[in-house]
Amino acid sequence: MNPHNKSIEELKEIAAQVRRDIVRMVHAVNSGHPGGSLGCTDYFVSLYFRMMNYKPQPFNMDGEGEDLFFLSNGHISPVWYSVLARAGFFEVSELATFRKINSRLQGHPATEEGLPGIRVASGSLGQGLSVAVGAAQTKKLNKDNNLVYVLMGDGELGEGQVWEAAMYAAHNKVDNLIATVDRNYQQIDGGTEEVLALGDLRAKFEAFGWHVLEADGNNFETLLPALEDAKRATGNGKPVMILMNTEMGFGVDFMMGSHKWHGVAPNDEQLEIALQQLAVEQASDY
Amino acid sequence: MKEYTYSEKKDTRSGFGAGLLELGRTNENVVALCADLIGSLKMDAFKKEFPERFYQVGIAEANMMGLAAGMTIGGKIPFTGTFANFSTGRVYDQIRQSIAYSGKNVKICASHAGLTLGEDGATHQILEDVGMMKMLPHMTVINPCDFNQTKAATIAIAEYEGPVYLRFGRPAVPNFTPADQKFEIGKAVMLNEGTDVTIIATGHLVWKAIEAGHKLAEKGINAEVINIHTIKPLDDEAILKSVGKTKCVVTAEEHQMNGGLGDSVAQLLGRQLPAPLEMVAVNDSFGESGTPDQLMEKYGLSTENIVAAAERVISRK
Repeated sequence: MNPHNKSIEELKEIAAQVRRDIVRMVHAVNSGHPGGSLGCTDYFVSLYFRMMNYKPQPFNMDGEGEDLFFLSNGHISPVWYSVLARAGFFEVSELATFRKINSRLQGHPATEEGLPGIRVASGSLGQGLSVAVGAAQTKKLNKDNNLVYVLMGDGELGEGQVWEAAMYAAHNKVDNLIATVDRNYQQIDGGTEEVLALGDLRAKFEAFGWHVLEADGNNFETLLPALEDAKRATGNGKPVMILMNTEMGFGVDFMMGSHKWHGVAPNDEQLEIALQQLAVEQASDY
Repeated sequence: MKEYTYSEKKDTRSGFGAGLLELGRTNENVVALCADLIGSLKMDAFKKEFPERFYQVGIAEANMMGLAAGMTIGGKIPFTGTFANFSTGRVYDQIRQSIAYSGKNVKICASHAGLTLGEDGATHQILEDVGMMKMLPHMTVINPCDFNQTKAATIAIAEYEGPVYLRFGRPAVPNFTPADQKFEIGKAVMLNEGTDVTIIATGHLVWKAIEAGHKLAEKGINAEVINIHTIKPLDDEAILKSVGKTKCVVTAEEHQMNGGLGDSVAQLLGRQLPAPLEMVAVNDSFGESGTPDQLMEKYGLSTENIVAAAERVISRK
């Protein structure tokens, strides 16, 4: 059972607030990764405010009896931190410490400082799928019927470990796992198809033995049904993959459609413009 | 001087296999993963008796380390098994981020470490693994000396919460440790007390250090011999106490000088008790094909090398 279970209208308001948090967090320290964070906001909000079964407090590292979420592309930590705070894992005011000295909100997610909601460090790419598959297998051993979710970036699929894990998950019928690839076609040095072409990801994952779905990650009206479809596809002997099309920088017009905002923070003027575009009825900025 | 005897020579990897099997029977949270080396790691018996808790990963060690990290979430205690080379260098970043930095309760069990792997040659003879592992914060590094101690160490690390690197090997070596000796992580084992020189050895070099102690005695030199099975955390107290008495030390290990046990002892003494030190270890080179005995001799890791190092270090007092 999701502790919030919000309506689509409420999810949209939360997503706008989370996007405000993201641009304010990276602006405050003039560093961090707004592009992918904004693109994946609707996915995170859908999971934590509608789809996943979990208890934000007290946070339980072992997560028995709960759905688990892992972020493999750890650089989009701003969106995760904002959603975790607003979902009740810790105080929203703590977002102001992002990337600062002595903070629990490290540049990339970590367990070292004990931030509730984080179960493994990520940032060095390509490792999250393996960890999620391992956690899913422990759930099976423990006869825990809850699901394991993991998000990866598309550029990250250049890492060989991802494909090792993809082979393993299908071979071992890890069917309590819903992986998602943030298919925004962008990576640091340019377009994914230009840097190292990923090609037909549906065909690739199907050939690896996965059940593959596609979704629009920036539209709650279609994203929620796709996430429901993915949930229904679990338990059928195959790991489930959602190829989720998103737009990097979604919600802030000048950040959209380019890899240039992958790891660059807005200046004061750009922040003001972004916040105007991300208006909410009752802003509750930290 | 204490005489050590043994009824047979056994490989340390079989001690790991025996310990793992016993853990399977006594601790239902123990799970095992292997990257296509079940026979070499002696994991067959565990696999046969506990198939539901055994995971064949295939030739994909990076994935194995990530899987193991994930399996801890929910309370399992994963033991990964592959060669030392593929347990460390090949997967350093996976261990660093997903296991050590994340504080995961994974036991990285590594066989065929060092030159005594033999004929396969330098590609597989890793001599840098202890250095890589001991540099990682949160990581415990253990290198037991014989079958019984490896079995005891395997069982002991399941009771300890946190990441551990357990290093062992392929050749049959004298099995002299009492089968009922309790394994205490981080505690040195005093093998022979002496006053002229301290010999600190780990792993396969421990038996050679005992032999060296006897040869030195024939020359009228009274050597203290200590087995350091835990390289990190190092038993500072035992080492300082011994060197405080003997005023000089020889370290012996099947590893590079850089990053090994000798390096840790040198750091400790340099900071707290400067004393002449000689290292019996591989001196900045790769290994090669050959029999284990030939390699140990060629690369300076024999009993005679320990004896010579002891004489040298005493002359420097």
